[in-house]
Amino acid sequence: MREEWFSFSEGAWEDEINVRDFIQNNYTPYYDGGDFLKGPTQSTIDLWNQVKELKKKEIEAGGVLDMDTKVVSTITSHDAAYIDKDKEQIVGLQTDKPLKRALQPYGGIRMAQKACKDNGYEIDPEVVATYTDHRKTHNAGVFDVYTPEMRKCRTNHIITGLPDAYGRGRIIGDYRRVALYGVDRLIEDKQNAKEGSKITMYADVIRDREEIAEQIRALTMLKELALKYGCDISKPAKTLKEATQALYFAYLAAVKEQNGAAMSLGRTSTFLDIYAERDLKNGVITEEEAQEIVDHFIMKLRLVCFARTPEYNALFAGDPTWVTESVGGMGTDGRPLVTKMSFRYLNTLNNLGAAPEPNLTVLWSSQLPEAFKKYCAFISIKHHAIQYENDDLMRPLHGDDYAIACCVSSMRIGKEMQFFGARANLAKCLLYAINGGVDEMSGDQVGPVYRAVSGDYLDYDDVMDKYKAMMKWLAQVYVNALNIIHYMHDKYSYERLQMALHDKHVRRWFATGIAGLSVVADSLSAIKYAKVKVVRDERGIVKDYIVEGDFPKYGNDDDRVDDIAKEVLHTFLKYLRQNHTYREGIITTSILTITSNVSYGKNTGSTPDGRKQGEAFAPGANPMHGRDENGAVASLASVAKLPFMDSQDGISNTFTIVPSALGKTDEERKENLVALLDGYTTKGGFHLNVNVFDKELLLDAQKHPELYPQLTIRVSGYAVNFIKLTKEQQDEVISRTFHSRI
Amino acid sequence: MIGHIHSIESFGTVDGPGVRFVVFFQGCPMRCLYCHNPDTWNFNSGHEYTADEIITKMTRNLPFYKTGGITATGGEPLCQIDFLIELFSLAKERGIHTCLDTSGCTFSDVNKEKLDTLLKLCDLIMLDIKHIDNDKHIKLTGRSNKSILDFARYVKTQGVELRIRHVLIPKINDDLESLTSLADFLKELLPLEKIEVLPYHDLGVFKYESLGVEYPLKGTPVANESDAKKALEIILKQINKQQE
Repeated sequence: MREEWFSFSEGAWEDEINVRDFIQNNYTPYYDGGDFLKGPTQSTIDLWNQVKELKKKEIEAGGVLDMDTKVVSTITSHDAAYIDKDKEQIVGLQTDKPLKRALQPYGGIRMAQKACKDNGYEIDPEVVATYTDHRKTHNAGVFDVYTPEMRKCRTNHIITGLPDAYGRGRIIGDYRRVALYGVDRLIEDKQNAKEGSKITMYADVIRDREEIAEQIRALTMLKELALKYGCDISKPAKTLKEATQALYFAYLAAVKEQNGAAMSLGRTSTFLDIYAERDLKNGVITEEEAQEIVDHFIMKLRLVCFARTPEYNALFAGDPTWVTESVGGMGTDGRPLVTKMSFRYLNTLNNLGAAPEPNLTVLWSSQLPEAFKKYCAFISIKHHAIQYENDDLMRPLHGDDYAIACCVSSMRIGKEMQFFGARANLAKCLLYAINGGVDEMSGDQVGPVYRAVSGDYLDYDDVMDKYKAMMKWLAQVYVNALNIIHYMHDKYSYERLQMALHDKHVRRWFATGIAGLSVVADSLSAIKYAKVKVVRDERGIVKDYIVEGDFPKYGNDDDRVDDIAKEVLHTFLKYLRQNHTYREGIITTSILTITSNVSYGKNTGSTPDGRKQGEAFAPGANPMHGRDENGAVASLASVAKLPFMDSQDGISNTFTIVPSALGKTDEERKENLVALLDGYTTKGGFHLNVNVFDKELLLDAQKHPELYPQLTIRVSGYAVNFIKLTKEQQDEVISRTFHSRI
Repeated sequence: MIGHIHSIESFGTVDGPGVRFVVFFQGCPMRCLYCHNPDTWNFNSGHEYTADEIITKMTRNLPFYKTGGITATGGEPLCQIDFLIELFSLAKERGIHTCLDTSGCTFSDVNKEKLDTLLKLCDLIMLDIKHIDNDKHIKLTGRSNKSILDFARYVKTQGVELRIRHVLIPKINDDLESLTSLADFLKELLPLEKIEVLPYHDLGVFKYESLGVEYPLKGTPVANESDAKKALEIILKQINKQQE
């Protein structure tokens, strides 16, 4: 065994790249509570104060502190840079200064230019010329190939948020490999993979060989990046500090190269715990020092930032980066994957205060140790910064070494990746069905010229038939647009470093998404159970609806409407799957809107459920604001009915409850939140953002933002600094259902 | 049989132990000045449910209630005792923890045979003692507390777990004498599952406005958690003192 691996238990992991096997053979499950945890050291406090000061300046500067306008970011583009060199346990910044946003033109030079311009910066004209005249970008490639129909769908917002001008993200490199094996071994492995490629040079083989060559180049640059900071990561790490540092360098290299919509970290805590346990046992570090390393690592993750445009921020509010880290979960052998390090990660919220990033995601199972469950509940109630996803649903599909990318997308680390595909607006699609493919806002013929509804009242069977035909059309345009996007992304903005930290053969999930599910379910329910009269404008376009009578609403555990939601989801997925996909991607879908539920609503006309033109959709799979009237359980039960296998890329649900409705004492609140999470996951619920606060807190923060610099809330698959939201987004969050009955 | 139900809360955390499915019965003979659910007073309104419908609603989400159970409150559930017996029988058949939150005020009028049947189906009874002094109780609720105190004693003789709740209202029942006399009475009932002192709040005022009824305790200050905690300490101290 290699000397760096002394005292580790042996296994297949020594002979092959197999981090899971290493973890299973070496980790120590932890069943007790958080009493062992330590507070921040003085240097952590000092360092964090400096970061807070920088973040304050960033807000004062209008959201961006500084931007690189000349140096195109690569893994090795910048020299070593620090916040406060002597105090930093974990080093490495994206550019030459903290919070200075990197210049990343490969996704699209126009987007990079606009991001600079809208923030008051100008990219060096030479760089612009290079990426306009000499080196094509992903964005340029996509728009060369888009059909007029696709462009129309885009401008009319029936398909929105497509990663055609920015990095697609949602690929998780197995950053742990760098710590465990060292870069040299990984390069050797990739060289073997290249040598072992097929011998007839068809296009796919050529592409594979070129990609592996790029991966090897990226790994070589990764070593160079570490050397700039005086670290040699060519060999395996020997201590917790080295392991954390190596893992962070690998992640840093990824964010230096890719401005992906979501740059997630993976599932690193239990892996690092093995190093912590060894160091603690050998007296190399104390618990304070272990926590300090983690605090400093997390601090670095909180500094990750990208250059983005105001339009992007309208869809993905609050400047998120989705440094998602998955914590907990159960092993397939029945042992919990909870370690002391799981607690240390959560404890960073206590030591540094609440923050939206990293996007801490607890993989929940009713089998988790009770002490860990309670600690999670305690952290949720205190900071409202973490989310929960159902490990019992995902483990059968992915095994026990998967992680969440972005908000809710699960994938096996280093073995599966996904092609991120934003989402289609199914509520607008319903309006297209009613109006024969004419957009109700622009009046353009966007969809096919199908027969519009006639008469004054909507008939359920008639509308449903038309809706299915329109969904089938939409699914085809949508998947084809994504095929173009991912072809071009691979060609012009390939994630070579992240893919270097994958196996040679990966499974590719082809992720689509839908928005407006609750609007659609309620609309169809209104048509079926009440009477819906249409109101046409002078062009004959149905612009509004008059609902006569009451109807069952999604979010009340009423099968009459919940079954409609299930049917729509199932049908749309079926149509999606009828299409050919790039690189044999396996089609999945998600019910997740990020914060674009506000902009989807703005761009969608009145709907038959009584929602008026411009009103926000509910986020993700949430029931519409205020329509869930039978309490939290009924609301959660409706969402839990949506089958995971029809929405394998995630079903997002954001839940807000006031503290007094969660119980009378702190202890009761923890217990009741645990019971709620156990109940929800046992019922098959997939994801839950948990917020515990009173509406008054948000109203006060809206009035006095200076008093709430770190106020963090969960919105939709991620958390935000409340004060970074626009007024409109804040108002929407405030208008959501607060479960408050006492 | 049909029950008249004001509403259902599927995630109740303050009406009994754990997470509970809370059924608010419609109709109440009491007129407590501080009632925060005046919309449950009227006997001639509410939604109609069968016991089976309610239990089905609950059991489809049973995993949420493994630390809790079902609570009948209101309104006054004992005013629909036949329906309540049916509801709790169905709950017990399914192994669900049952909790009855009652004022106990109908004790003198209620059919003893039916009450005994019901008590056998209750895992926990929560009884709100509004004021230990009978005159003040009449002033506060419009009825004597005799039947309520008798009910408490009776519940204990039947071996059902009893939780006593007391809403602390500044200037009305928060004085030392009221609290110690209450404690003296509670001593008779030991052991109790729990004694809860709940701070009076005025969150129900808007309901009076929408019902067009003047809020009788207008101007009475609300109590807070620490007032309630102090009052509970006084009660417990008095109970322990007597035990020594």
